[in-house]
Amino acid sequence: MSGGTDITRDGAGGGEAEQAADGTALLSVRDLRTYFPVRNAWKRRVGWLKALDDVSFDVRDGEILGIVGESGCGKSTLGKTIMGIHPPTGGRIQFEGRDIAGMGAEKARGLRSRLQYAYQDPGASLDPRWKIRASLHEPLIIHTDLDQAQRERRVREIMAAVGLPETHLDLYPHEISGGQQRRVGLARILTLHPTLVILDEPTSGLDVSVQATVLQLFLDLKREFGLTYVFISHDLAVVRMLCDRVAVMYLGRIVEIGRIEDIFTNPRHPYTQSLLAAIPEIGGRKVTDDFWLEGEPPDPKNLPSGCRFRTRCPKAQARCSEIDPPLVAHGGDHADACLLSG
Amino acid sequence: MDGFIFILRRLASDRVAMLGAVIIVALVAAALLAPVLSTHPADIAEFHPAERLQAPSAQHFFGTDRMGSDIYSRMLYGARITITIAVVAIVVAVLIGVPIGLIAGYYRNWLSDLLMRVSDVFLAVPQIVLAIAIAQTLGPSIENVILALSLTYWPFWARLVYAETRASLNETYVEAAIALGASPWRVMVLHILPNISSSIIVRTTIGMGGTILTAAVLGFLGLGPPPPTPEWGRTIAESREFLPEAWWYATAPGLAIFLVVMGFNLLGDGLRDILDPKIRRSRQ
Amino acid sequence: MSGALLRVDDLRVDFLTDAGRARVLDHVNFEMAAGEIVGLVGESGSGKTTLARAILGILPANAAVIESGSIHFEGQNLLERDPDELARDVRGRLITFVPQDPFTSFNPVFTIGSQMMEIMKWKSPLAEPGQDGFWRTHTRKRRQQDRERLIALLQSVQLPDPEAVLAKYPHEVSGGQRQRLMIAMALSTDARLIIADEPTTALDVTIQAQILKLLRRLATERGVSVLFATHDLGAAHEICDRVVVMYAGQDVESAPSAAFFKAPAHPYTNSLLASLPSREHGIRGIPGEIPVLVEPPPGCRFHPRCARASDECRGARPLAREVESGHSVRCFHPLMAGSGVES
Repeated sequence: MSGGTDITRDGAGGGEAEQAADGTALLSVRDLRTYFPVRNAWKRRVGWLKALDDVSFDVRDGEILGIVGESGCGKSTLGKTIMGIHPPTGGRIQFEGRDIAGMGAEKARGLRSRLQYAYQDPGASLDPRWKIRASLHEPLIIHTDLDQAQRERRVREIMAAVGLPETHLDLYPHEISGGQQRRVGLARILTLHPTLVILDEPTSGLDVSVQATVLQLFLDLKREFGLTYVFISHDLAVVRMLCDRVAVMYLGRIVEIGRIEDIFTNPRHPYTQSLLAAIPEIGGRKVTDDFWLEGEPPDPKNLPSGCRFRTRCPKAQARCSEIDPPLVAHGGDHADACLLSG
Repeated sequence: MDGFIFILRRLASDRVAMLGAVIIVALVAAALLAPVLSTHPADIAEFHPAERLQAPSAQHFFGTDRMGSDIYSRMLYGARITITIAVVAIVVAVLIGVPIGLIAGYYRNWLSDLLMRVSDVFLAVPQIVLAIAIAQTLGPSIENVILALSLTYWPFWARLVYAETRASLNETYVEAAIALGASPWRVMVLHILPNISSSIIVRTTIGMGGTILTAAVLGFLGLGPPPPTPEWGRTIAESREFLPEAWWYATAPGLAIFLVVMGFNLLGDGLRDILDPKIRRSRQ
Repeated sequence: MSGALLRVDDLRVDFLTDAGRARVLDHVNFEMAAGEIVGLVGESGSGKTTLARAILGILPANAAVIESGSIHFEGQNLLERDPDELARDVRGRLITFVPQDPFTSFNPVFTIGSQMMEIMKWKSPLAEPGQDGFWRTHTRKRRQQDRERLIALLQSVQLPDPEAVLAKYPHEVSGGQRQRLMIAMALSTDARLIIADEPTTALDVTIQAQILKLLRRLATERGVSVLFATHDLGAAHEICDRVVVMYAGQDVESAPSAAFFKAPAHPYTNSLLASLPSREHGIRGIPGEIPVLVEPPPGCRFHPRCARASDECRGARPLAREVESGHSVRCFHPLMAGSGVES
């Protein structure tokens, strides 16, 4: 199995620092489209739900890229399309320089071992009928040729890295706490020494005091394993604290992308501006005093013409309904898709 | 397996299910120990015309039949046939139905549609009618009864496993295993199957009762194993011409069928209460 | 004291669970004045939902046991009133409820209009309060008046095209609109107190901002009190006049919003505010986990996770003490005003 050799090399040599150095893209997504058919009561297709529509961005080696947006903006579909859970309708996904979008499951398997996906609750990814040891061995059985003893050694290393005692290996998921399940879920992904991990809403539903612990764990693991993260979240405060760059999505499009400092101090797209204005800030001004965004996102099955945000945008002009604005860079790292921002 | 002990303990506290379990254990014991327990073991094949149609007595607990054979002894040997038919038929039905359900549930393509439509065709005809038709065509013998039952029962497992498989594909741990790159085979056999096994066990237990009843119906209609096999359904059929005078003739096999079917249903209901995924989840 | 709209005294509620008796509310005290918006802040397992349900009188009868205490609403102890009378005259009329997930609060097979009119039939201010029975007439004249009232309410919660919304089924409107409908419902009976349990948790931030803004405006305009149960300190900061913090079934701190967010006095509250994500000070969690309520720690329930804990804290639960006017804290070693988040 081709994946096996790759893994062993990573494990033995630790040469991963060399690959894709000096800020080149670890993951490169171009014009990615994922459409879902909309069917009527007779199962006949009556249209498309454009969950992702011409999405392009790069993830650089070693960074944390945040993907933010509200429900229905396509951020979760993006993560799952990259992982091959949803088949893309069009576009390219390059990981470590190789195209994985159209690749069959078998061929992609070797590459996929270094590209991993963490569920909102990584604990839920554990089979309730399997002991934790079996769950942690499974990725290695699938992707490597390591023998039982080698796998066991790797599993014990990972357990130590996520801060769990080895005795937990003989327990079932329901016998440990939710926080520990979360750690095991992450450990399971890390056994393969991935380079890129997609974190899908990892803090949603968590209390703040627990959230802090989870975020700290992500940072510790990133340092220890040299990881790159794509951090999908609806929580801008968390994204602001954790990420290096952020992409803002609205109705299947990236409307703005750039460095955290740039986006949070100088948002260009009106949607980004309203999103930032909606974050409650303790001790500061009250959002509810002057929040100006009205209405709700339109039906994604029936998108407005031109700019998708124009129906809610206070600055919208006539041409916004005619031209669908592309994502345009305005110097350096900061790009946005608004006709009026230039 | 602490899970197994847990199930036993819960079962022990459920009196109705325990009653079912006791009946089933008694049935199995009767079948296994038939040579020891029976008072006239030779009567299965021998005739004693002089003693025909005698009422229950100390010598013949359940009376004698039209050939003068001891009904009690014949019932014990009949239990062996009943268990053989039910177990083999169910095992075959499960072996056909479960893989079909798994494959049809896991893949979402023409193959799964085809498999499900085939099982729909089987389910469209009342199961007993279909079994009669098959048994009729093949001729009366134990093997053919088993074949008829397995061929008509497998769609129930296929349907069940199909639905459960579809549902478990939405479970995060299954999706996670797929995302991890696990092969379909691995996902189906190692992740999905163990997690839906409790539903299969419950369905199988309840299905046992149904299978025994159908087997008895086939026997009653003369489609079962030929005489002088002491099959329960056939015994009832034989008794009809001597009713109501020889009331004991039909009573013993009738009660036996009733008790065994009820036993499996009670145990199945009890198991379902214990193994129901929702109840289990709330426990965790 | 006499000015209090709602006063909860020494309330103790236990839940019977498989694992044993869980002490979900442990001698909780708090009060709120008429017209006040009070944030009931706590993490999961803090007991805020149980408290909200106790006030509404909808604790699960087979599991919850009210051990002691009283809940006075407009001077009457709700716990001593006849449950039927409570259901008829108080709940849904004087005290109304806005749930977290408005979707499950509507029956999917009836239109929104028919469901809201049904409630108006029973609980509208035009309905005679004392009338008993399973069946109740809704005269055409009253129906007309109720409907006009409803439309006016829907306009006040800024629902576009109220007539059309009433004709729709619950799944045909968005989450934000459903929450507006629930708020309209809560206001429709001229309630004195609205209990809102995590009303914006399921919503996106921009919708949350809209709903919070709406809730605050309507409460102020109509002089309704709102008890706003939330785990979201940011949302509480947005609309609350006063904040009551719960931890593991105990009320630990109560303060005017401004003072509270500037200088929290309880070590738990302080850590909670510090664990909010911030680029400036990085990540700070609270060590340890929320205690199991079947065997809660003795004394102050926060002491196992508290850096300031002493033997005193293990021995007894501290009495409430005022650190400044209106700002009380149950702690033997409170942080004094000014030391704030930075400590």
